[in-house]
Amino acid sequence: MNSRFLVAITAAVAAFALPAWADNIDHAKSQISFVSKQMNVPVDGLFGKFSAQVAYDPKKPAASKAEIEVELGSVDTGSAEANTEVAKKSWFNIAAFPSAKFVSSSVKSLGPDKLEVKGNLSIKGISRELTFPVTVKTAGGNNTFEGTFPLLRLQYKIGDGAWSDTDTVADEVQVRFRIVTTSSK
Amino acid sequence: MARYTRVAIGLHWVIALMILGTFALGLYMHELPLSPTKLKLYSYHKWIGVTIFALVLFRLAWRLGHRPPPPPPSMPVWQHHAASAAHLALYLLTLAIPVSGWLMSSASGFQVVYLGILPIPDLLGKDKGLAEQLKQAHELLNIVMFAVVVMHVAAALKHHLMDRDDVLSRMLPFIKPRSKDS
Repeated sequence: MNSRFLVAITAAVAAFALPAWADNIDHAKSQISFVSKQMNVPVDGLFGKFSAQVAYDPKKPAASKAEIEVELGSVDTGSAEANTEVAKKSWFNIAAFPSAKFVSSSVKSLGPDKLEVKGNLSIKGISRELTFPVTVKTAGGNNTFEGTFPLLRLQYKIGDGAWSDTDTVADEVQVRFRIVTTSSK
Repeated sequence: MARYTRVAIGLHWVIALMILGTFALGLYMHELPLSPTKLKLYSYHKWIGVTIFALVLFRLAWRLGHRPPPPPPSMPVWQHHAASAAHLALYLLTLAIPVSGWLMSSASGFQVVYLGILPIPDLLGKDKGLAEQLKQAHELLNIVMFAVVVMHVAAALKHHLMDRDDVLSRMLPFIKPRSKDS
């Protein structure tokens, strides 16, 4: 009872703490999803709640910046049983680390509508540098950023202990994102 | 008395062992808390199911070309009909049960990847409500099969121990029939 109350408080505080900075994305059109492999079976999952702040000027792509915070408790791994499991200590440890955060450090143009984004992804108190390509589409004042990158879950100790057996759950998780910014700048 | 062909005997017992094994596995695994072991057991259960399905298809094809030996003349006609009905039910169930498991797996959002190598296409999209119904169908079909298997085994033993005919021994490997005729 007490611990459940504590978890509720932590979650409430986390929810409160999330929109500390202005969010400028269209949540109805934006999506962060992933594909994990369990016994070599691809399983679709997604994060329902995240906030992002993206600054992008097609004339000065190198000046672009992105910050994305994902509420880990909003994960849908594909089954109710697994959703309960991934909140636990050996997975996301959501009670202690309620969110994951990506902060870009540099953006490079790779030609028209293509960017290379470098930045740090922090999950479970572990921060690692990532580099991945992003495509940009601009329509009606909205920018749509899309991309995919492989996340090696064990680098972030996601699913350690018994779950670190990569024959059962593969180390590599494909993360796919579509971030659509709102037209007001 | 005519025996079943070696291939038919082999298929019968291999499939029987697989059914027994994966039936027990199914009963055991679904109570387990989520763990790597549980994920493995679910996969093994599905792989065995796919294998059973394929072997039953092969067995039916074999049966078309190799008719089973006729029933002993001493056997009453109604028993012959009952046996035929039970065998038909077993063939249908050994095909329907893997199919129900496959559909249930697809509706749950978990594709079946045979031996972790060969993806079997999903006929259904992910649908929680449908997955629950298919799970119940899978369980119900298994209960029915359990009942038919009990009858099948009881009948075989009755033939062997009470009627003392060749009905069981003609399906047993490495055993000589009791008599040349009858």
